[in-house]
Amino acid sequence: MSVRECPGLFTKGCALHELSLTQNIVDLAIEHAAREEAKKILSITLEIGALSGVVAEAVEFAFDICSTGTLAEGADLKIRHIIGKGRCLDCHKEAAIKTLTHVCPHCGSLALETVQGQEMKFTEMEID
Amino acid sequence: MCIDCGCSTQALPDQHQHEPRTIRIEEDLLAKNNRLAVGNRQLFAEKQLLVLNLVSSPGSGKTSILERTLTDLQGELNFSVLEGDQQTANDADRIAATGVPVKQINTGAGCHLDAHMVGHGIESFNLVETDILMIENVGNLVCPASFDLGEDHKVAVLSITEGEDKPLKYPLMFQAAELMLINKIDLLPHLDFDLEQCKAFARQVNPQIQIIEMSCHSGAGMQQWYDWLVQEANRKRN
Repeated sequence: MSVRECPGLFTKGCALHELSLTQNIVDLAIEHAAREEAKKILSITLEIGALSGVVAEAVEFAFDICSTGTLAEGADLKIRHIIGKGRCLDCHKEAAIKTLTHVCPHCGSLALETVQGQEMKFTEMEID
Repeated sequence: MCIDCGCSTQALPDQHQHEPRTIRIEEDLLAKNNRLAVGNRQLFAEKQLLVLNLVSSPGSGKTSILERTLTDLQGELNFSVLEGDQQTANDADRIAATGVPVKQINTGAGCHLDAHMVGHGIESFNLVETDILMIENVGNLVCPASFDLGEDHKVAVLSITEGEDKPLKYPLMFQAAELMLINKIDLLPHLDFDLEQCKAFARQVNPQIQIIEMSCHSGAGMQQWYDWLVQEANRKRN
């Protein structure tokens, strides 16, 4: 099923870019499963950073839709959350950040570059 | 043939038992789009073509900026334009009126252009004779930030009627952009828009972002934008 044929998109608050991403996840999973001659995909593990702009709940919702009727249907979707980390361009120290608009806690500078938290990764899957 | 033990699953379908096993994937969720974007980028490099991805809220003036730019730089630079909208060919019609080759992509329910759409969208263009390909993305400050099209730069347009805090509200987009065009500055006397604050907010999410203040209505700042285009197009050719 293509992304745009997924039912129920507009009624349940599913963000569309998560839908495209989730369709990619399911496509990738099926591709790998076929290569491994798997009969079933048991689980899929993702890493999603706090600063990636991806809403984990929207991925979970879209996953049910996109996996229906595929080897991935019913698979356990495991999402590892990665916290955000920034480096100050002025004092060069690192700090945990929750948003992309953070103030350096060490020197008050607004110039923080992101070093961690923008991950969106399909790390592994269990197959049978 | 089973790749684990070499047994034939066709000959002995019932006797073979697969054990549940874990396989490492380690692939970016955008891998498929990114692969296609790499292909686009290679093609653009071969053709020495500068490609800009224009992103903004709906109504910021992207199409108006393009119309004026294409008209003013006629004879100086050769452009092609890809127009992305959910529906209608209205923007493509406006661009076509300037005489520049244009192709409209309608994304339907989709909220962004992706590398696949762009790869097909450019098929009808003569890329050898094009200096700059302008891709006007779907008006949306969220989703287009994540989808690489193979462009050289994202250019974020922010019009001053939207408020100065847009870079803070939609930081991913302004972080991904090399250049921010602050448009409609002819309206400054009529609005409570804090220009310096807006620029500070943009630099807070992206300390390296370049900023040009302009009005495609009055023409203010347009020359600076044209100089930037010429400079970047030359850089791509060399």
